[in-house]
Amino acid sequence: MAAAAAPWNHVWVGTDTGILKGVNLQRKQAANFTASGQPRREEAVSALCWGADGETQILVGCADGTVKHFSTEEGRFQGQRQCPGGEGTFRGLAQVDGTLITCVDSGILRVWPDQDKEASSDPLLELRVGPGVCRMRQDPARPHIVATGGKENALKVWDLQGSEEPLFRAKNVRNDWLDLRVPIWDQDIQFLPESQKLVTCTGYHQVRVYDPASPQRRPVLEATYGEYPLTAMTLTPEGNSVIVGNTHGQLAEIDLRQGRLLGCLKGLAGSVRGLQCHPSKPLLASCGLDRILRIHRIRNPRGLEHKDEPQEPQEPSKVPSEDTETDELWASLEAAAKRKLPDWEQTQGTLQARQRKKKRPGSTSS
Amino acid sequence: MAKAGDKSGGSGKKGLKRKAATEEAQEAAVGEDGTTESGVQPPKTAAFPPGFSISEIKNKQRRHLMFTRWKQQQRKEKLAAKKKLKKEREALGDKAPPKPVPKTIDNQRVYDETIVDPNDEEVAYDEATDEFASYFNRQTSPKILITTSDRPHGRTVRLCEQLCTVIPNSHVYYRRGLALKKIIPQCISRDFTDLIVINEDRKIPNGLILSHLPSGPTAHFKMSSVRLRKEIKRRGKDPTEHIPEIILNNFTTRLGHSIGRMFASLFPHNPQFIGRQVATFHNQRDYIFFRFHRYIFKSEKKVGIQELGPRFTLKLRSLQKGTFDSKYGEYEWVHKVCAYSMKSQLGNFKKDGMRIKPCTLSFEYLYLKLCLCIYSHELKLISDTAFWSRD
Repeated sequence: MAAAAAPWNHVWVGTDTGILKGVNLQRKQAANFTASGQPRREEAVSALCWGADGETQILVGCADGTVKHFSTEEGRFQGQRQCPGGEGTFRGLAQVDGTLITCVDSGILRVWPDQDKEASSDPLLELRVGPGVCRMRQDPARPHIVATGGKENALKVWDLQGSEEPLFRAKNVRNDWLDLRVPIWDQDIQFLPESQKLVTCTGYHQVRVYDPASPQRRPVLEATYGEYPLTAMTLTPEGNSVIVGNTHGQLAEIDLRQGRLLGCLKGLAGSVRGLQCHPSKPLLASCGLDRILRIHRIRNPRGLEHKDEPQEPQEPSKVPSEDTETDELWASLEAAAKRKLPDWEQTQGTLQARQRKKKRPGSTSS
Repeated sequence: MAKAGDKSGGSGKKGLKRKAATEEAQEAAVGEDGTTESGVQPPKTAAFPPGFSISEIKNKQRRHLMFTRWKQQQRKEKLAAKKKLKKEREALGDKAPPKPVPKTIDNQRVYDETIVDPNDEEVAYDEATDEFASYFNRQTSPKILITTSDRPHGRTVRLCEQLCTVIPNSHVYYRRGLALKKIIPQCISRDFTDLIVINEDRKIPNGLILSHLPSGPTAHFKMSSVRLRKEIKRRGKDPTEHIPEIILNNFTTRLGHSIGRMFASLFPHNPQFIGRQVATFHNQRDYIFFRFHRYIFKSEKKVGIQELGPRFTLKLRSLQKGTFDSKYGEYEWVHKVCAYSMKSQLGNFKKDGMRIKPCTLSFEYLYLKLCLCIYSHELKLISDTAFWSRD
């Protein structure tokens, strides 16, 4: 079942007990994959990212300092490697040209060589980013550029092929109206497409946009939402807004052109740990400490599309991007929902007529 | 008209007024004859203009009269319909359709998907390795610190003292205006396992914060219906030093499990059956009722209970991962007042759409039933001397 189901999993979720779950939304099933066959809390998933070669491999960063490779086609863990050094969990994983980039909580960023070529486990490059890192993110357009940020650790953009100094080091905003220093706590970073800009969300409920291309090192735009720390952020497919989630389970969409709140999404009861938008469709997957994976519709109308309660009591930690090769399945998911809006996504047109007649499958949970 | 004859032939007591009323009605009816829906005037229903309701009559006595008449008529019709249905059922005999099932709260329940399956391995693993695992593995024994919000009044102080007698190995300390975040590291260094803070508002306790100490979850409850010992009727003597047994009812969902384990870890793991004392946390529709009883088995089937100790009702407001940090902490569950939280979160079910107050009246009865089914198997463990001893 694992081998057949693996390519059809739409959403991949990592949990606090070390299980990687692939969720098939069409059949409403979740499949569990563990490296060692038993769930272990030492292997709690702290970072997930796609491997090389499109979206066939997932790199799973665990709490004990290992990075495991998981193949989605075969549905099993293929190998793992130790990435020691530094204290704390992984805060970011990325892959470029066969090398692996890891960043841990204590601020040590390492680039590891390809496992097949060299037997030694020395890192190719090591950078000290500063303690208290909360996130390291790779620019999808320029894979050699990474950004890091954390608690009392300002946003820095590094070029791994360049010098040891960061390309861009953000400056803190001015003192507030009481002339007190505003504390820094960057919880999540995203690179905006088609520009050099970055967006961060902070633990002090601010959303900031930085532009390295401009001479201004301070944030270009700042917006606030709510009263609780923002823990996760994702970009919407159009690229003009971001969706942020906070520790109370409130999700909000914020427009980056004006810094305005566009709307909120309801449903989550616990702290939001992972958010991911579909690359082209207006769907958002969210997971949090309340152990439920939810798929939301962002536009027309805003609401909850699907809720998966796989009965597994784990805390999903991240949701990577969904399979784009399974576009047809996404289209059927939309059509099967009880909405009367026309399907304005131009996916395989021949399949649409057939899919409209498809009934919503009965929900089964593994 | 047949109608006039009908009415006037009726009871003479209300005759005049009735007649006047019906005459009025008939006059109106005559005028509106053309506009009535059916050509034949139904003898029972008054031929009032359409759209007329009894409430539009301004005269109170006449209105009352019309209403009582209408009610009697309705009752008669209902009875007639019932009789007819019964006759039909008897006539059909075996072929009669099955009786329709009446709607009850039980029937209207929304099935909750987060109810934990007892065979679920992942839940079992999660519980085996969570923050309470050391308690359930008998590695640590609880030591509780009870305190209040700053400057408590008499009721809260007395509640704390009574809770101290109910929960073994607990200590009450005066708050002295200290911040919880400063108290917690000190508690950890003194090996406390749990912290209970009773919040007070306007001289009555109204909130409870329960924090499991080394790094454990913090639950924030709203507390209501607090009854101290002297306010409980027909109560027994004060509780003894024996470690009580615990009953946790209806904590079926995943969230319910976490909260249930939190409560269980407050009490030592080895109940002393000699003491015959039991603390109950009964969850019904997301309200948790706390009771403390002493039981005695009069025979194998009959048990008598005496309520001791304080009683109160709790409702969970939030469950936070980590020790108390309301601002920057991460919440596992927050009570949200919105349409999505229609079903019961901790266990049991909630009727969707309607808000029904939880019933507390039948608690003793419910408790007795529970006692019987749970304790009857422990009869063998209790020695005879303790069984029949009088307190």
